[in-house]
Amino acid sequence: MASQEILREEPSRGSFINDPRIRSLFFQTLVVVLLFSSIWWIVHNVIENLQRLHIASGFGFLRSRAGFDISDTPIAYTSDSTYFRALVVGLLNTIIVAVAGIVLATIVGFTIGIGRLSQNWLIRKICTVYVEIFRNIPPLLVIFFWYSGVLAVLPPPRESIHLPFGSFLNQRGFYLPRAVWGDGSWLIGVALLLAIAMAWFVAHRARQRQKATGQQFPVFWTSLALIVGLPVLAFLLGGMPLTFDFPKQSTFNLTGGFWIKPEFLSLLLALSFYTAAFIAEIVRAGIRGVSKGQTEAAAALGLRSGPILRLVVIPQAMRIVIPPLTSQYLNLTKNSSLAIAIGYPDLTATAGTVLNQTGQAVEGVFIMMIAYLVLSLVTSLVMNIVNARMALVER
Amino acid sequence: MQEHDMSWVRTEMVLAQPAPPEERGAYAWVRKNLIGSVGDTILTVLGIAIVLWIVPQVINWAFINAQWSGPDRTVCTTAAQGGIQPDGWTGACWAFVNAKFGQFMFGTYPIEERWRPILVAILFVALLVPMLIPRVPRKGLNAVLLFVALPIVSFFLLIGGVFGLPYVETARWGGLLITLSLSFVGIAVSLPLGIVLALGRRSKMPIVKWLCIVFIEMVRGIPLITVLFFASVMLPLFLPEGVTFDKYLRALIGVSLFAAAYMAEVIRGGLQAIPKGQYEGADSLGLGYWQKMGLIVLPQALKLVIPGIVNTFIGMFKDTSLVLIISMFDLLGVVKQNFADANWATPQTARSGLIFAAFVFWLFCFGMSRYSMYTERRLDTGYKR
Repeated sequence: MASQEILREEPSRGSFINDPRIRSLFFQTLVVVLLFSSIWWIVHNVIENLQRLHIASGFGFLRSRAGFDISDTPIAYTSDSTYFRALVVGLLNTIIVAVAGIVLATIVGFTIGIGRLSQNWLIRKICTVYVEIFRNIPPLLVIFFWYSGVLAVLPPPRESIHLPFGSFLNQRGFYLPRAVWGDGSWLIGVALLLAIAMAWFVAHRARQRQKATGQQFPVFWTSLALIVGLPVLAFLLGGMPLTFDFPKQSTFNLTGGFWIKPEFLSLLLALSFYTAAFIAEIVRAGIRGVSKGQTEAAAALGLRSGPILRLVVIPQAMRIVIPPLTSQYLNLTKNSSLAIAIGYPDLTATAGTVLNQTGQAVEGVFIMMIAYLVLSLVTSLVMNIVNARMALVER
Repeated sequence: MQEHDMSWVRTEMVLAQPAPPEERGAYAWVRKNLIGSVGDTILTVLGIAIVLWIVPQVINWAFINAQWSGPDRTVCTTAAQGGIQPDGWTGACWAFVNAKFGQFMFGTYPIEERWRPILVAILFVALLVPMLIPRVPRKGLNAVLLFVALPIVSFFLLIGGVFGLPYVETARWGGLLITLSLSFVGIAVSLPLGIVLALGRRSKMPIVKWLCIVFIEMVRGIPLITVLFFASVMLPLFLPEGVTFDKYLRALIGVSLFAAAYMAEVIRGGLQAIPKGQYEGADSLGLGYWQKMGLIVLPQALKLVIPGIVNTFIGMFKDTSLVLIISMFDLLGVVKQNFADANWATPQTARSGLIFAAFVFWLFCFGMSRYSMYTERRLDTGYKR
């Protein structure tokens, strides 16, 4: 009994200064006090400065007339439109260049990355040189190189370089034929959608049959035939409702066709070639990260080199590749803000103009931050969904 | 049972036979590495075609046709463009780089004062080289000199205004001087700041932890240009009337904060890789928080993430080129600024200047990455998981 009495006694404590709980409480209170007093000081200064400089605050300016022109407008925009519309145009331009860059960088990066693991010595070396060059120079320099080193010294429009399929390349950009869809072209779209749905259905049924009976079905070729064949059939049935508007050379310029401006082209090429070097390293690390035993076991099961790569190595490599690939996509999106250096009107450039015109720096920077944060979050979300599908399913 | 007749037993080992001729020498290497299969052969031919297409053009342009010195644009332009070269000539205009070299290095730093940045550079190299060679003793003293004494001495040397040195405002700095000084100070600030942020993010105190998470994730989610915008247009608004900040200092704050957020994530990776036993072992020895981190956890964690840290340094070195956007002229900025010089306006100017700048950036970044690979091998004590 006596021993229990002793146990119930308060354990002897050292000085309360040494109690971790009290210490942590103290430090956190200190941090909060410091934080709030500095925020209060900053807000106070900002308000005073804004009053002194006669700068309005709030987001009311978004509804007033912008008064500046934007060279690339994916949606209708004139200088009479509002600031809000100008910012939306900038955001759309950022998204366009980021998505195109991600697609191109992925293609180039995977090619180079696989090339670095090739059996072929020469290909391996060429890919290594590419990676070592582009990884070690600033992306802004690559943009300038394309813009003022390559595209700006192309011949003037009168001496345009003729490329296949009626396209032209000159100082003012890249001119492609534009597809003009005639009456009845909706049939092709419907056929494409139908084909995709059918291909999905075929794949689903084939998987079920393989699970039940072990019989295989050539899903890839069937799907390819459906997705290519049905739209072509619709195209022929609809009386071939497609014509091309070719760019034509006039005295001083090219008219018609689809015009890609040099700003967009150099930004796109620079971003994708720069990011491709990093993606190549990620892909290489991913493939090398799949243990050799996996390849050997697959070979022992009697698989040939094609199916080994497709069914065993790549699915496992993708698990290693996707998380760092996501951060490269995010980097590319953020690097697209370098567009401001060559005058492509992306979000940073238009927001910068708005900021200069209205003087409302706080709101301008705030809008930029929120927009990029949202873009980053959306990219992460999409890649996390892809990652979840690829991740190891533990049984 | 029959007796074995052991009339002959071999007493020495059979010598290894040489590999068959088709497995040896240059031919076997070529067959294995270049023409192993039909596909391989096609790739090799394609590769040779690419090399033959690019390399002679590059050599021709950069060395054979290049103009190394000259007074103005005439040496780098064809007759039709008003120069001395024959029609159809293309070659690098290194004469432009040669003529502007001083500007590329120091910007508009006064010519008679340029010995000051040169002296700083010599001091920097003299302190950095022994720091990088592992065998040289007295690393502690060296580090103090490099990271404490050198910045103070450089500050007074470069800015001046004391000891009879004329004052040079930072607006006159430029070129490689800005690139190197921004990245050196950025590195020196972002590493400790990154360590503090990473420790904060793993802290048990919820308020500290959430503050660090919000800061790191916000900075990582936005482009550096936005951070620089923030530093250049919003910092002045944050300060009381009359207090102004140097533009250079503002860029420095922006770059350092940006790099610190990335550094924190790299270091957090290292902290997470240290097994729990190490933390508990330190606790059971009675070490306090800072002793535990400083003596047990951080030395192991930092060693694990050296490649990541150096990658962040390289990224930061490359990112200093973005200060161009807030109209400061680092190496790339000065090169670009000089394209506008009518005296040197030729079709080759932009290309030559940019390739020179690319080469300088490349040298530094490649050097850093190779050194990190060397350190990684040297510190690999076999504990890595």
